[in-house]
Amino acid sequence: MAFCSKRPEHGGPPELFYDKNEARKYVRNSRMIDVQTKMAGRALELLYLPEGQPCYLLDIGCGSGLSGDYLSDEGHYWVGLDISPAMLDAALDRDTEGDLLLGDMGQGIPFKPGSFDGCISISAIQWLCNANKKSDIPAKRLYCFFSSLYSVLVHGARAVLQLYPENSEQLELITTQATKAGFTGGVVVDFPNSAKAKKFYLCLFSGPSTFLPKALNENNDEEEARESEFTSERVPYRMARRGIVRKSREWVLEKKARRRRQGKEVRPDTPYTGRKRKPRF
Amino acid sequence: MKLLTHNLLSSHVRGVGPRGFPLRLQATEVRINPVEFNPDFVARMIPKLHLVEVPKGPIEGYEHDEKFLRQMHHVLLEVDVLEGTLQCPESGRLFPISRGIPNMLLSDEETET
Repeated sequence: MAFCSKRPEHGGPPELFYDKNEARKYVRNSRMIDVQTKMAGRALELLYLPEGQPCYLLDIGCGSGLSGDYLSDEGHYWVGLDISPAMLDAALDRDTEGDLLLGDMGQGIPFKPGSFDGCISISAIQWLCNANKKSDIPAKRLYCFFSSLYSVLVHGARAVLQLYPENSEQLELITTQATKAGFTGGVVVDFPNSAKAKKFYLCLFSGPSTFLPKALNENNDEEEARESEFTSERVPYRMARRGIVRKSREWVLEKKARRRRQGKEVRPDTPYTGRKRKPRF
Repeated sequence: MKLLTHNLLSSHVRGVGPRGFPLRLQATEVRINPVEFNPDFVARMIPKLHLVEVPKGPIEGYEHDEKFLRQMHHVLLEVDVLEGTLQCPESGRLFPISRGIPNMLLSDEETET
């Protein structure tokens, strides 16, 4: 979905943007339906649910139930949460099989812990990043959403959230809050080289860390990894270097060791290396 | 809203933690929808539920008791609540249900820490 120049989140809250007219597009516009259905399919694929087993799933920002219908077709049972009454009306008209809830994901998911076998979301969570009321703090709402999502998922279940991040800072804000809530995982970017086809899927795992699915690419012979993983693992030496004070003895020794690794000629380390010189230096 | 969903719904008002569950249902309009019976799914969902009156018979080996599973299937998946209210047992807060959709929107005070 290409929003010409202005992103809809900048114009106001989602319950106002998704009014009757917008809802009609999701019911009538075949291109819209096609794109949303494809993304729902990909999200379900990335969820890696056990084969042949009907599951109880959560659909965040279910809207008119397009993604939900895909889940029903695959034999799953689902509950959808959406903030727009107009979109939910459209879903009722389409007679979806899943249950619908009117609610705000930033206020938390109102379910008992361990209710759901998985969660998907199509084009919804970027709405959490913009504050619509003076009292809204995006980071807090994101954390509230992710921590409640973590709780309502069965341990070891996954969540696949397709989103349209405005920029990398926004994506980082989202992934930070998800990590804080206890999730591991990463972002899978399909078709990263295409402006139109590029899609971001935030894949979150609520149990022990497992593999991150491979992203789609036009040339499938390329074996390049296009995913960025985030875990709570210790940061490698590159970041640890920041802890060393510049010009100190430690820094000088580290620099000499680096140059040795690069194969350059370096004077041997002696007790005089990096010693404090007289002020006139 | 199916009774399966009602069974798992909880109040997410700040300060009402584990006691905000289960929500008391007062249904004023209900509809029965036929839904395809899937014994695996029903058997898997039963341990997650909050069951008050549990028939003493089919507790062990309930996964194989088709009659019991069919009964549960009918209750959980085929009964659709169209109008009514959900009440939080802790705070007494009401969540209205309209056209089968519960309204779980909270006010600003209820979401503050």
